[in-house]
Amino acid sequence: MTGFGTLLATLLSHWRRRPWQLLALVVGLAAATALWSGVQALNAQARASYDRAAAVLGGDRFAAITGPGGQAVSVADYAALRRAGWRVSPVLDGSWQAGGDRFRLLGVEPLTLPAGAPGGGRIGTEADLVAFVTPPYRLIGSPETLARLPAGAWATRADPELPPGVLIADIALADRLLARDGRIDRLLVAPEQPGGLPPPDTLTGTGLTLTPPDESSDLAQLTDSFHLNLTAFGFLSFVVGLFIVHSTIGLAFEQRRPMVRTLRALGVGRWRLTGALLAELLVLATVAAALGMALGYGIAGALLPDVAASLRGLYGAELPGELGLRAGWWLTGFAMALAGTLVAALSALWRLHRLPVLAAAQTEAWYGAQLRTLRLQAALAAALALAAAALAWRGEGLGAGFALMAAVMLAAVLALPPVLALVLTLARRRARTPVAEWFVAESRAQIGGVSLALMALLLALSVNIGVGAMVSSFRATFLDWLDQRLAAELYVRGADAGQAAAMTAWLQDRPEVLAVLPIQSVELSRGGYPYFLHGIRDDAMYRESWPLLQAAEAPWDRVADGSGVLVSEQFARAAGLALGDRLTPGGAGPAWTPEVVGIYPDYGNPTGQAITSHARLTARWALPPPTRFAVRLTDGATPQVVAALNQRFALGPEQAVDQAALKAVSRQVFERTFAVTLALNVLTFAVAGLALLISLLTLAGMRLPQLAPLWALGLTRARLARLELVRALLLALVTAALAVPLGVLVAWILLAVVNVEAFGWRIPLRHYPGQWLQLGALAMVTASLAAALPARRLGRTPPALLLRVFSDAR
Amino acid sequence: MRARLLPMLAGVLFAAAAHAQGYAGLGTDAEGYGVVSPDYRLTFPRDHQPHPEFRIEWWYVTANLSGPDGAPLGLQWTLFRQAVRPPGDTDADGWASPQVWMGHAAVTTAREHRVAETFARGGVGQAGVTAGPFEAWIDDWAMTAADDSLDRLRLRARGADFSYDLTLRAEGPLVPQGQDGYSVKSAAGQASHYYSQPFYSARGTVTLDGRGIDVSGRAWLDREWSSQPLTGAQTGWDWFALHLPDGAKLMAYRLRSADGSAYVPGTWIAADGTPTPLADGVLEIEPLAWHRAEGGEIPVRWRVRYPDRGLDLTVAALNPDSFMTTAFPYWEGPVSYTGTHRGEGYLEMTGYRDD
Amino acid sequence: MLDVQNLTKRYGALTILDGVSLTLGAGETMALVGESGSGKSTLLHLIAGLDAPDAGRVVLDGRELAALDDAGRAAARRDLVGLVFQQFNLVQSLTVAQNIALQARLAGRHDAGRAARLSERLGLTGLEARFPEQLSGGQQQRVAIARALAAAPPLLLADEPTGNLDEATGDRVMDLLLELVAEAGMALILVTHSPRLAGRLRRVERLHAGRLE
Repeated sequence: MTGFGTLLATLLSHWRRRPWQLLALVVGLAAATALWSGVQALNAQARASYDRAAAVLGGDRFAAITGPGGQAVSVADYAALRRAGWRVSPVLDGSWQAGGDRFRLLGVEPLTLPAGAPGGGRIGTEADLVAFVTPPYRLIGSPETLARLPAGAWATRADPELPPGVLIADIALADRLLARDGRIDRLLVAPEQPGGLPPPDTLTGTGLTLTPPDESSDLAQLTDSFHLNLTAFGFLSFVVGLFIVHSTIGLAFEQRRPMVRTLRALGVGRWRLTGALLAELLVLATVAAALGMALGYGIAGALLPDVAASLRGLYGAELPGELGLRAGWWLTGFAMALAGTLVAALSALWRLHRLPVLAAAQTEAWYGAQLRTLRLQAALAAALALAAAALAWRGEGLGAGFALMAAVMLAAVLALPPVLALVLTLARRRARTPVAEWFVAESRAQIGGVSLALMALLLALSVNIGVGAMVSSFRATFLDWLDQRLAAELYVRGADAGQAAAMTAWLQDRPEVLAVLPIQSVELSRGGYPYFLHGIRDDAMYRESWPLLQAAEAPWDRVADGSGVLVSEQFARAAGLALGDRLTPGGAGPAWTPEVVGIYPDYGNPTGQAITSHARLTARWALPPPTRFAVRLTDGATPQVVAALNQRFALGPEQAVDQAALKAVSRQVFERTFAVTLALNVLTFAVAGLALLISLLTLAGMRLPQLAPLWALGLTRARLARLELVRALLLALVTAALAVPLGVLVAWILLAVVNVEAFGWRIPLRHYPGQWLQLGALAMVTASLAAALPARRLGRTPPALLLRVFSDAR
Repeated sequence: MRARLLPMLAGVLFAAAAHAQGYAGLGTDAEGYGVVSPDYRLTFPRDHQPHPEFRIEWWYVTANLSGPDGAPLGLQWTLFRQAVRPPGDTDADGWASPQVWMGHAAVTTAREHRVAETFARGGVGQAGVTAGPFEAWIDDWAMTAADDSLDRLRLRARGADFSYDLTLRAEGPLVPQGQDGYSVKSAAGQASHYYSQPFYSARGTVTLDGRGIDVSGRAWLDREWSSQPLTGAQTGWDWFALHLPDGAKLMAYRLRSADGSAYVPGTWIAADGTPTPLADGVLEIEPLAWHRAEGGEIPVRWRVRYPDRGLDLTVAALNPDSFMTTAFPYWEGPVSYTGTHRGEGYLEMTGYRDD
Repeated sequence: MLDVQNLTKRYGALTILDGVSLTLGAGETMALVGESGSGKSTLLHLIAGLDAPDAGRVVLDGRELAALDDAGRAAARRDLVGLVFQQFNLVQSLTVAQNIALQARLAGRHDAGRAARLSERLGLTGLEARFPEQLSGGQQQRVAIARALAAAPPLLLADEPTGNLDEATGDRVMDLLLELVAEAGMALILVTHSPRLAGRLRRVERLHAGRLE
């Protein structure tokens, strides 16, 4: 064995004698790496999937021409544009149902498709092109998508690069499957166009509008806030894990001081020793990181279905069901683990590096040192609290929201040891018996040893309380809102205008039908922010139940007479609209600048919304007859009306949806959105519990010399064990008590700052003391579990071992 | 013979099969499509219109022009039609139309050769040929007439870096090629229907990089349709259209076979338009000099001899790099000739690609 | 072998060593005596390069310690010096055998045969797989001596090696130490406050108030 090998082996021999410590280190680091890398895997998966979708479907990167209000373009208009020199290509894009499954079907015209356009480059060789454009045509999709098609019903070609749920077909086939009958959803405009082309609308006179390439609404950006949330949680877990690593390494290095001195005396240079310690850390970190990565992969795999469902529900983004592994993910995971270990070990490493060979004769002045540390922590906490206040006052944007949260939590965490010390100092004044005095003094002395674990516990508890409050507040608000918002008993959609008209007429003749209200909208934009302007027919349903956050005088009258509009909360925030501001929606006719007369919540909707009267909408925009309606029915009439509708019109699925079904779907989207958050929350808490357990376990070994004199003075081992347990519980209790106000603060930041920035809505904060109690109890259970094992060990420590404390001349 | 048009379209759609089945799939089975017959009599203006039951068809114009400074300039305007499946399909309207259209346009000077192409699906009005009055178009490229004849045409096309707008005026009659418009392509009997209007005078504007040039000169129109004009063994062709100084025209082509032999028919068109079909062996055509053009060695100097009429011409490309860099590439450009006579014309060569 | 010139060491206002000079030939043994606080241990530490003097110099086998950096001094210590401390200073997490081999391995001249012979001579046979905490004080000090001798350094520095042992055990350990040093032909400086122990060595130097008398 070489000299360096001997050195490394000697250092490593420490862990053999202290397997608990090694376990703590590895588990702490693995847990930190696991949560972080798991979240990263999810994010990377989602991002790669968006990129793929953008590469295949990224129609937004091309300018597009559509009919008025996003309506279809006719074949005649297409030909007219081409004959005028416009290089445009028709695209059909719709939802298609086959075998009970829904697909996004993209119909393309390969002869005119510009390079890089949606579906471009997916058709294959020239021989495939012929098959693509001739009956029986081809449906191109990823293998998993094709597997969802009824077997043998369609000629297909697999393309693993395509995003899930997407099928590409020749426009002739898509036209038939989507029943477009020559209507073109949009014309893609090739980037290179001949000069001097007349504007589309002047060519056809049919109100064609040219939409420039849209960079802003792409999925990656839309979902950014969601991923930022995940990342924040992953990072939080990472930090909690690093707390464990830090305290374990600190302890292990502290315990190896004598070994380090001996080695130095035996002729090992300072830098060589530091190098060996570093090498040891890297080896341990690599092993732990590998474990953590494997674990993280498992976590990501387990959470993926929920993440996928959330993204689909919130943003319509599709994720493939299987996790892909990327080299970059492994690299960053390992890099994070190693960097985290180094950061966590830096101070301990530095102390050992600076350690003099000759032990200072005097015993360490722990009290003075602790006092200095506590003062430093208090000062830092105060500074961070000030920074947080400044951020809350002036900060803007999601980044500032998270920075605020970080500052608040760090301040609280740093304030914990000084606060604990203060509490114990106060308690000492009240201590009457010698045992009580000793108990309080000992607890105070112990703060340094367990404070990191308690900090981790505080962090985990308060985040739990905060996230719990956010999710619960959100849920309560969301469900109330759903009840108000989905006021109509039935929602129906005609397959085409003819069927819609027939359905309307049929419905209006039925006695149990109170009203048939059309649902129609145009897509507009204000300052680059897209929104839908809906037209509603004045009805008691809206007046009575539509929730409004803010309203001017008689808002529904103003909407009905066209002088006012209602805007969604997201839209109001994004476009900076307040009551009394004016919109200029455009459309045909004289100038129209309706006033904002109300703001309503619109949770879960990534795009903006505004409401005007149906009459006004149809007067200004040439819309096809409405095909979607809200139907108000008398109580209990829904099932029979749905049955009769189905019988009369042979409706397809989702053509008639009752309110209960809609609510169920909405609730499901909601639950899944937060399933991931809650799961990460629980995992973070588990890691914090582990940190506490490990800290107390390692402390127990060190505490023997302090306990032996008391045992010698006549306290039984069992009593000593009980006292230790009580101490752990007491410290945990104080921590839990501090976690409640901090948690409420976190919840407030999440709801009032982060959510507003991320999603554009604000939820009123509600309090859930039941949750606090639950979490407090959970913290106590964790602490007692963590303390029970060492206490039990202490209770069973053979007297001989206690005696050694006296006989060992050290 | 513009048997080439077929190949182009076919090239886009069937290139994978090109070498196994003759040039660009022209040797494939014609089953289900219309069949060319020697008994068919060309009728105008009806036959200016498409024949969708046949697999391939084109409207092909080439022009030898010159600018105010006398510098020669060539120009091409072509509309190809191909049916991707035989007629008789029930669902053949709108997007489901079996017809595919392709346009090629080019402008050639001694130093430059600019090319554009575009594609369209039939059935939606993006491309087509209609009567009343005659109009052939794809996108904003068009060949239009005031009536249903082809006597006076306006010709327009536009690429990224060029455009042109010409008026053509027929100074002589339409000329049936081969036997009354039945043009045989091989000893095995493959044939097409083929007629030309070689007597156009042309005048108009060619724009290069935004700079307009007034041009004038002569143009030549070919109309041809078929379902299977080549045998499987034929690998490509060299096609000549030459304006002779006395007003006569010579159309000749050399169909090359994989075994190295060639089938060389032609038509001698007197100045009054009277055609004399020339059987294989009457003309002698041989390459003199080769040029490394895109994708292959291509002959750009030729000797063309018609001993019966005392013609012995050396034909040279105006621009040896007149390669059509289209989805299916070929060589097409203006030529001049010297020897017993001096004059100009157009040359098209296919099947020289290395790959 | 060892040349100490004019060595001075102060801790704040306190002068521990005041211009100490001393030479020691190869294989020469010497006892350093003096009362507590006379600077014996400090002198030993300076010779071992564990501490740096305020003035004067230490030349060990031709290497001037003050001219070396930390790594150089460590290498000199590893290659030239064996140390035996009052507190044994064994590595608690290594077995007896591993402790004995430690310095020799670090110096890259581990000799299994030599280590085994030392074990045997020091009465440690059968204890090789134990950990230090499972040994008595005398056994631990014998392990420490074996560790210092196993590396076969030309100079052995022993600081009150029997200070933590009862008299009988201390005498036995001292006998072995002197015997082995003589066999190996090492130079030895033995720091002790016991005149009885000092008397067993040929040369005795007395340190008083930081000066050699």
